[in-house]
Amino acid sequence: MSTLVEIRNLTKVYTRGHQKLEVLHHIDLDIVAKDFVALMGPSGSGKTTLLNLIGGLDSPTDGTIAVAGEHIERLGEDALAKWRASNVGFVFQFYNLLPMLTARRNVELPLLLTKLSAGERRRKAEVALELVGLSDRSQHKPGELSGGQQQRVAIARAIVSDPTLLVCDEPTGDLDRQSATEVLTLMQELNRDHGKTIVMVTHDPKAAEYAHRTLHLDKGTLVETPEQTAA
Amino acid sequence: MKYLHLIWAGLTRRKTRTIFTVLSVLAAFLLFGLLDTVNSAFGNVSGSLAGASRLVTVSKISFTMALPMSLYSRIQAVPGVAGVSYANWFGGQYQDGRVFFPNQAVSENFFDLRPEWELPAAQKRAFKETRTGAVAGANLARQFGWKIGDKIPLQATIFPQKGGSNAWTFDLVGIYRAKNPDARGEENALFFNYKYFDEARQFGNGAVGSYSVKLTDPRQADQVAHAIDALSADSEYETKTETEQAFTAALVSQFADIGLIVGSIMAAVFFTLVLLTGNTMAQAVRERIPELAVLKTIGFSRRSVLALVLCEAVLLLLIGASIGLLLASVAVVSIQGQVAGQLSLPRVGAGEWSRGLLLALAIGLLVGFLPAWRGMRLRIVDALSGR
Repeated sequence: MSTLVEIRNLTKVYTRGHQKLEVLHHIDLDIVAKDFVALMGPSGSGKTTLLNLIGGLDSPTDGTIAVAGEHIERLGEDALAKWRASNVGFVFQFYNLLPMLTARRNVELPLLLTKLSAGERRRKAEVALELVGLSDRSQHKPGELSGGQQQRVAIARAIVSDPTLLVCDEPTGDLDRQSATEVLTLMQELNRDHGKTIVMVTHDPKAAEYAHRTLHLDKGTLVETPEQTAA
Repeated sequence: MKYLHLIWAGLTRRKTRTIFTVLSVLAAFLLFGLLDTVNSAFGNVSGSLAGASRLVTVSKISFTMALPMSLYSRIQAVPGVAGVSYANWFGGQYQDGRVFFPNQAVSENFFDLRPEWELPAAQKRAFKETRTGAVAGANLARQFGWKIGDKIPLQATIFPQKGGSNAWTFDLVGIYRAKNPDARGEENALFFNYKYFDEARQFGNGAVGSYSVKLTDPRQADQVAHAIDALSADSEYETKTETEQAFTAALVSQFADIGLIVGSIMAAVFFTLVLLTGNTMAQAVRERIPELAVLKTIGFSRRSVLALVLCEAVLLLLIGASIGLLLASVAVVSIQGQVAGQLSLPRVGAGEWSRGLLLALAIGLLVGFLPAWRGMRLRIVDALSGR
């Protein structure tokens, strides 16, 4: 398998007032295409920071991140936005759907940045909703859906523009066990059947079991534990 | 256009707040439409009269001071003068003082010098031949249901009759109309025979308030005006002669600087509107920082976010302004009916609409800019983590 994400000597330092806080220390990491990686670690260990850097939401202080050969640490803010639009899908713990828009309109959002016609956008959004099993909820607003359904709409939004990489920050953190299982199964299908590479931050060891391998971060340093890696 | 639903969603997120904000914008632009129309109406007062072809001669000291009748024949003899009429303000009240409209005693040739009005020849003749004859504007006659042959009673406020009575009665012998439909405001006055007024009044006999001078050539207005004023130079009745347009403008400016008043009110209204809508937009964007962060996360550029917020502010202003101007259009028609043309209010036309909508656009951009700038510059990771 070819390497999709290649991280070398990645360091992130946050400055808060006069204080400098090094959150990630010289991380080296390779993620192959179609991999499903779980990132675990205690609070403040730098999981979300690493995820944000992989997804191009933040820039590293030092080091390099290449995704499909593109060195995203070199991209400016607008170029990075454009890159995210076509390469990465995001899933958040609290779904982050726009409450005034219907499920279909929420899913359509990334497609507004393309040259697709209104009809094509609509059709693609409906296909994505069908894939997550919510085609009958396309006209519902987020407030009219359960947490699990909202998260599935968020997943549909993440995959609608067919990105290579999905970055998921605690996607089951706000869900009950049954909804969490449904969401994780869906993610597993997207990885297995649709070839999506997934990097998922989680606190839940049961959620991590769905991944191919689990990486542990502790105080900004990556610790891989092969005995926890799933087959 | 493909972002319209997104902009609309932002506006309708807090419906009550948006409705109240639209109402305040609406009120401001309703006021704008009305005041701008009033301002134009005063502009029209000075512009609608056949100014350059007619001059007005009044006392140099004050237009309320009377001039001697002896000036009449002398003015007529000035080269360049085609005709002269005279008038005296009466200021009578109708229906126990509850209703007021302009009323003056005028010379019998008064209507001959006003080709901009239509008065049938028979009625013009009747006015000349009837001692107590009066002619009313069509608007005024319509308002009170007067018809030819009616008796019009007026209560004098300045000029009692010789016996001391303030009750004057005139016979309506004619109804005039303005030829220009936009000058319907001129159809709201009553004119009656000066001869009757002068013979019957208790004091001030043999004097008039003003002379109206028709010119043979409007280009000679300056020379003729100087020649007329020279007639009474160094006398106790010195005159000031000017075009009707200049006279009316000066008259209006004696009451108030309408433009300044309108301008000051509008400045105060729009200053308040900017603060109010600016605060609303700031609040609306502050609440939606995580949503804007999501848009940026999925690939919306900084400029797109800036444009979305600006469009939202502009749309809010344009909706309020359009409804406000529409209501102003309706209100002007209704007010015009109420005042029955005492002041000729022009319709809220293309000029008012373009000025109003441009103003709404400018205010929208102004109040939307700071929140939009904030949205544009937000850091995704900070916004998503609630920092």
